[in-house]
Amino acid sequence: MTSEKKIYLSAKGITKTFGFGRQKTVAVDNVDLDLYEGEVVSIVGESGSGKTTLSKVLLGLINQTSGDVYFQGVKRDISTQAKKQEYWKNIQAIFQDPFSSYNIFNKIDSVLLDCINMRGGRYLPREKKIEMMTEACSFVNLKFEELTNKYPFELSGGQMQRLMIARIFLLKPKILLADEPTSMIDACSRATILDELMHLRKETGMTVIFITHDIGLAYYVSDSVYIMEKGRFVESGSADGVILTPHHPYTRRLINDVPKIYEEWDLSTV
Amino acid sequence: MKHTIQQVFRSGKFVLGFSIFSAILLIVIFYPMFVKDSPLAILGQGTFFPPGIYVNVYDSMSSTAYTLNLPDAAAKRVANKLSEEDRLSIKEWLVAAGIPESEIDTTDTAKLLGQWSANFDPKKSIPGMTNARRNYFIRLNTSLKGLLSTEGATISQTNPETNELEQVDTVNQKDYVNVGEVANTRILLLGTDNFGRDILTELVAATRVSLQIGFVAGLIATLIGLTLGLLAGYIGGLIDDIIMFVTNLFTVIPTFVLLILISFSIGQEQRGAFTIAVVIGLTSWVWTARAVRSQVISLRNRDHVNLSKLSGHSIVHIILNDILPYIASYVIMALILQISSGILAEAGLSILGLGPRTTEVPTLGLMMNWAMIYQAHILGNWWAYLPVLVTIALITFSMNLMNTGLDQVFNPALRD
Ligand SMILES: Nc1ncnc2c1ncn2[C@@H]1O[C@H](COP(=O)(O)OP(=O)(O)O)[C@@H](O)[C@H]1O
Ligand SMILES: [Mg+2]
Repeated sequence: MTSEKKIYLSAKGITKTFGFGRQKTVAVDNVDLDLYEGEVVSIVGESGSGKTTLSKVLLGLINQTSGDVYFQGVKRDISTQAKKQEYWKNIQAIFQDPFSSYNIFNKIDSVLLDCINMRGGRYLPREKKIEMMTEACSFVNLKFEELTNKYPFELSGGQMQRLMIARIFLLKPKILLADEPTSMIDACSRATILDELMHLRKETGMTVIFITHDIGLAYYVSDSVYIMEKGRFVESGSADGVILTPHHPYTRRLINDVPKIYEEWDLSTV
Repeated sequence: MKHTIQQVFRSGKFVLGFSIFSAILLIVIFYPMFVKDSPLAILGQGTFFPPGIYVNVYDSMSSTAYTLNLPDAAAKRVANKLSEEDRLSIKEWLVAAGIPESEIDTTDTAKLLGQWSANFDPKKSIPGMTNARRNYFIRLNTSLKGLLSTEGATISQTNPETNELEQVDTVNQKDYVNVGEVANTRILLLGTDNFGRDILTELVAATRVSLQIGFVAGLIATLIGLTLGLLAGYIGGLIDDIIMFVTNLFTVIPTFVLLILISFSIGQEQRGAFTIAVVIGLTSWVWTARAVRSQVISLRNRDHVNLSKLSGHSIVHIILNDILPYIASYVIMALILQISSGILAEAGLSILGLGPRTTEVPTLGLMMNWAMIYQAHILGNWWAYLPVLVTIALITFSMNLMNTGLDQVFNPALRD
């Protein structure tokens, strides 16, 4: 990407290992990443390549074994609870599995109210809060009147993931980390959810890290891509460059695994 | 929530356990409203009166006498009076008098008495018989004759003025009193114990105290275990290491040994029921802490917890809202188990003589202890210990049933 743009988030030499001795797994292995403002970056790799682990490190949900994360040019400091909460105002996520993303004991309203509170809207009048929640829901084609007082598990997987997007709509973070947001969803709702996500990005101009195992999808949504294999980035660059002229054999294999990538996405993007 | 409760009551095991436990609770609550005696009041002079209805003899004499002609009354009276020892002595005499052993049946009172009156001769002596033994046979003969007589018994009273014995009344063998008309009767359903206390009243009070001990001990153990388990599991790191070190220490030392040592060092005078409950609670949280910790560790990396963090919630909020509800059913089960094992621990301690001091309240364990010290089990006084055992068994059985029932309901949800 163009160098005049600001680097928002960068990772230098991130390594994350789990376990000790024989059971030691290197989930992320010495990874560098630069994220420019307003850009959509895809991280592509097959299951188990360490994408989720890397995203949790970037989110500050788990500590890296070594390496540093820089946020807006300075080394990220999330040593205290307060600093973490400040950091999470800037970076948010949508997780892979909507069914395990919600606390089953909390009503949907409380999920959305948490977002309003986090944006400093705790003392807004009730009507204003409802108005905001209704707006967020209608952005993702959900009806707040139908969701209020319901529990997340009463929704379908697709609806849950759309509610996650509504959450991001309310939070308006600078960076969104979407970890395979459509991989657990039925095929019919996939395209709609992606469209809603891209629509939200266009409206807010937020920077997106899009994690997927589907290189065709990465080509469709992103400006630049990182190809991840067994915890390492094996190839990176602009989406066009990497996908149209792949250099690494792993990238070529990923492309071959997705038959007719152009046709497939031409069908569903209308 | 409502749904879960419905589910729970659909489990047969839970319902059965719950019914038994509620029945015990209801008895414990309502019995003292009807029987106002102090559970430790000494009623009987003497030990281990067997279960039954006790009718005051003095009051019976002054009650209206009704004459009933019952054909087998005399035979029953004699049968009741003749002890096992007397019967064997009669047999001994008859054998010596030359009656073949096969013709003597010690259980057939009428035939035995017939053979006796036909063969007994006070002048005759059996070879090897001591003088004392001869006198015993003569006494036996006299008392049997008295039994067989149809004469009434005379009731006499000392006249305070003349200081002479005056006949007041005669009681005939066919006289009956209506128990309902006798001024003083007492039902001792489970008899009395070694101190002469009503066992039923004592048992109800003991059950109440034991349940209280179980609840206090269970609550303390669960609270400590839950707190430590949550902290160790969620926060991890150094806090986890410290808590696990202490937990492992407690695991290595058998809890009951620890309990014995602490109880012993407190000393008999300082040991009230509440103290014992606290001591039991303080020594039995280990299991809960370990279980809660491992549950929390598997929960803390779940995405709903991550989402809660990303929503800016504090650690306390996350523990209370995103972890605790998920393990609540589990904690309730642990609590039930802790209560029933608390009751058992008290019983164990008290049997060893290390339970609460004995002067204030009875407990199930203390009742077992008393029965054992006064050798109820050797004397065959089953009413002093069997009802206590059954009560302990019923309480733990019903609580374990409830637990199994809960397990059936909760586990599919925990697994998802
Ligand atoms: N909490 C964990 N403990 C141990 N191993 C883990 C843990 N999380 C992930 N891993 C391992 O790290 C590797 C990468 O996993 P993950 O980041 O989930 O991959 P992806 O998201 O690309 O499918 C896998 O081999 C996985 O088994
Ligand atoms: Mg993943």
